[in-house]
Amino acid sequence: MSGLRILVPIKRVIDYTPQVKPRVNRAQTAVETANVKHSMNPFDELSIEEAVRLRERKATPVEEIVAISAGPAKAQDILRTAMAMGADRSIHVQVDEKDALEPLGVAKLLKKVVDEQKSNLVILGKQSIDDDAGQTGQMLAGLLNWPQATQASKVEVEGEKVTVTREVDGGVETLRTKLPMVITTDLRLNEPRYASLPNIMKAKKKPLEKKTLKDYGLDAAPRLKTVKVTDPPQRQGGVKVEDVDGMIGKLKELGAL
Amino acid sequence: MAVPSRFVAPMRRASAVARLSSPLRHCRPGFQARWTGNTSATSEPHQQDAKGTVKGGAAPAKTVKFTSDSYPEIQRDSKFAKITQEHVDHFKGILGSESAVIDGVSQDATDDIEPFNSDWMRKFRGHAKLVLKPSTTEEVSKILKYCNDNMLAVVPQGGNTGLVGGSVPVFDEIVINLSKMNQIRSFDEVSGILVADAGVILEVADNFLAEKGSIFPLDLGAKGSCQIGGNVATNAGGLRLLRYGSLHGNVLGIEAVLPDGTIVDDLSKLRKNNTGYDLKHLFIGGEGTIGIITGISIICPQRSPAVNVAYFGLESFEQAQKAFTEAKSHLSEILSAFEMMDGRTQKIIQKVAGTKLPLEGDYPFYCLIETSGSNADHDSEKLQNFLEHVMETEIVQDGVLAQDQTQIQELWACREGITECLGHWGGVYKYDLSIPISRMYDLVNDVRDRFTEAGLLGDDESFPVVDVVGYGHMGDSNLHLNVPVRRFDKKVEKMIEPYVYEWVANEKGSISAEHGLGVTKRPYVGYSKSETMIRLMKQIKDSFDPNGIMNPYKYL
Ligand SMILES: Cc1cc2nc3c(=O)[nH]c(=O)nc-3n(C[C@H](O)[C@H](O)[C@H](O)COP(=O)(O)OP(=O)(O)OC[C@H]3O[C@@H](n4cnc5c(N)ncnc54)[C@H](O)[C@@H]3O)c2cc1C
Repeated sequence: MSGLRILVPIKRVIDYTPQVKPRVNRAQTAVETANVKHSMNPFDELSIEEAVRLRERKATPVEEIVAISAGPAKAQDILRTAMAMGADRSIHVQVDEKDALEPLGVAKLLKKVVDEQKSNLVILGKQSIDDDAGQTGQMLAGLLNWPQATQASKVEVEGEKVTVTREVDGGVETLRTKLPMVITTDLRLNEPRYASLPNIMKAKKKPLEKKTLKDYGLDAAPRLKTVKVTDPPQRQGGVKVEDVDGMIGKLKELGAL
Repeated sequence: MAVPSRFVAPMRRASAVARLSSPLRHCRPGFQARWTGNTSATSEPHQQDAKGTVKGGAAPAKTVKFTSDSYPEIQRDSKFAKITQEHVDHFKGILGSESAVIDGVSQDATDDIEPFNSDWMRKFRGHAKLVLKPSTTEEVSKILKYCNDNMLAVVPQGGNTGLVGGSVPVFDEIVINLSKMNQIRSFDEVSGILVADAGVILEVADNFLAEKGSIFPLDLGAKGSCQIGGNVATNAGGLRLLRYGSLHGNVLGIEAVLPDGTIVDDLSKLRKNNTGYDLKHLFIGGEGTIGIITGISIICPQRSPAVNVAYFGLESFEQAQKAFTEAKSHLSEILSAFEMMDGRTQKIIQKVAGTKLPLEGDYPFYCLIETSGSNADHDSEKLQNFLEHVMETEIVQDGVLAQDQTQIQELWACREGITECLGHWGGVYKYDLSIPISRMYDLVNDVRDRFTEAGLLGDDESFPVVDVVGYGHMGDSNLHLNVPVRRFDKKVEKMIEPYVYEWVANEKGSISAEHGLGVTKRPYVGYSKSETMIRLMKQIKDSFDPNGIMNPYKYL
């Protein structure tokens, strides 16, 4: 084997902030995404970071790190971020927001890309924080018939041998396998770096290939039907009472006493 | 799955921020000095217990030294009456409800009153025996009239987060706490004008406005506790003054009660109103010395949906100034904050909080800039051009641009976390100064040289001074000069005061840029105001408050 050819699939999701809660759209079919700030799925940042660290560790030469994202035109923003963090080039597969892919669709697409790019290691987030499906990595490993190690908290590659540590309830589990393989990342794997300004500039010049599902001979018609999207039940606001007597009165009123 | 939550990954980031903002829970200072803290230096956004140890939680109030002991030169003015049972009964009559009067006169209520007697920094502590919490402007009026007629001194109190000892009594002044006046009165979605009681907490007001797509034109670290009336009374500056301007511009009207009980209803909702002396400005920054603010009307801008934050490393303070000029010309209307931190502050954060800094290399200066605008694409384009320009012309050596909200918070923590980390060694002498921008950092170097020459600054326990650092709201020419020390030492104090004040006066700067005068800066006002100005201020004070019952021993 000559070296690692790493593919890192990444997804553009609503930016997580404690202040801005996602809102369900009026038709109750999805979460409102227009005019909402988006960023890279946090687990995918870990994947990019790990790929770059594998290169920096120099234990096994990394030939290439390719980032890929299937999504609307804006997904190119996160591909630029991935390249600023250290990916060498990227592929954007245009998929409109209304036709968003399901995990199986993504896995099928990734299989094609893996074949095309001759990747021998795919590092994915264990889930994306918007749909929380947590299926893509596993499905991809199935389609490729490759070994997989999910929720990695440590990854070591030596030649063809890969050792992955994963945190499980009450301890850690260590898996050993051989390339090619699929790894999904968990949050203790690393701490992603910032995109530095010089690297942001350089990333602008790195190649970004634009593709469509057709280019890969895929039509990813949805198999699932979303019946309804609703908000979690609203928390009842508290009430203020004047004093202890007021509180006792209120508790009685509510039948708690 | 061990950690199933969708929010876990973001929380990892969030916890990095939390770690930075409360690092001292984890690290104990090697040496714990007693911090008596009776210089005029504004001690700071960190709280200390009796041993001078800085901890995350609040120290029990009783361990705080009485202001009357730290400042023996301040004597109780005998013209003020002592509170009697009769007075208390009268107030109970006015306020009716039990919870509105904390009565330490007819009974022992020390524990209940302590939180109102000592300040946020645990540096000032009064001897008040009575706390009143009016709910309406009329109640405030009745209280003040009675106090004025009976020569009872009072302290108006908001969220009690002020940093100059203004919000707590020195002796037995009655605390008039505004927390029960907490209603939002109206908001006009078209004009953006908010009218609210003085006791509304800043964060509550801002959350209310966020729902309406607007923003309170002031933001500061204490926003979860401070009140908008307190903000106006101190003319607080904060993080976004650069963008939204000072409260003197944004506050359109004020409702206040004068010591004789007169209600001044100037709750104007007009941006323009040239009909005589604009008296509301006397209450803005008046620190409770001429009346109690009970309501404000304020113009609130649109909340910006697109926010970006970048953090730079720079080679010199000259380059930081250039970066500021370039930021203004390239980013103009979207620039919302420009903060400067010297390299020493960033090393201290790294050391005390144990966080990784955003940049690999070490730089003597760092800047944080924030843009806020309405159109993300437009802003990014401007920002990209600016960033390319400052990198190519080598004004900036290195930098990062936050890619998401979590990174935005992390970068802000590099600025906002400084104050707390500085308290790590025991104490901090803090000065909040306005200085012409080109000279801003010279003061920090000068003070550091003085300590080095005097052999007071060094790396081990034998030196009282840990370091001399500077950071601040560069966009507003506002420097925070900070001297973290291992222990309280008269020699240290003599080296800084009045040196710092003289230095600032020479530059025609201000000895208190945004924190006010209160107890701490009162003796030094002469360094920033002429005798004529001080005389005029005294005349104003006397005409509003002839008996001098409003917040005595402070301000003037
Ligand atoms: C963590 C932290 C960060 C801070 N950051 C900044 C900053 O960036 N910029 C800045 O400018 N300041 C800052 N401050 C200080 C700032 O002055 C106060 O936090 C705030 O403005 C005071 O509001 P408050 O309601 O707590 O007032 P208090 O502390 O209760 O009172 C302050 C003064 O105003 C008077 N007062 C209060 N309410 C009224 C009223 N209704 N009528 C008349 N007088 C009244 C009091 O008598 C007192 O003199 C900070 C403080 C903290 C603790």
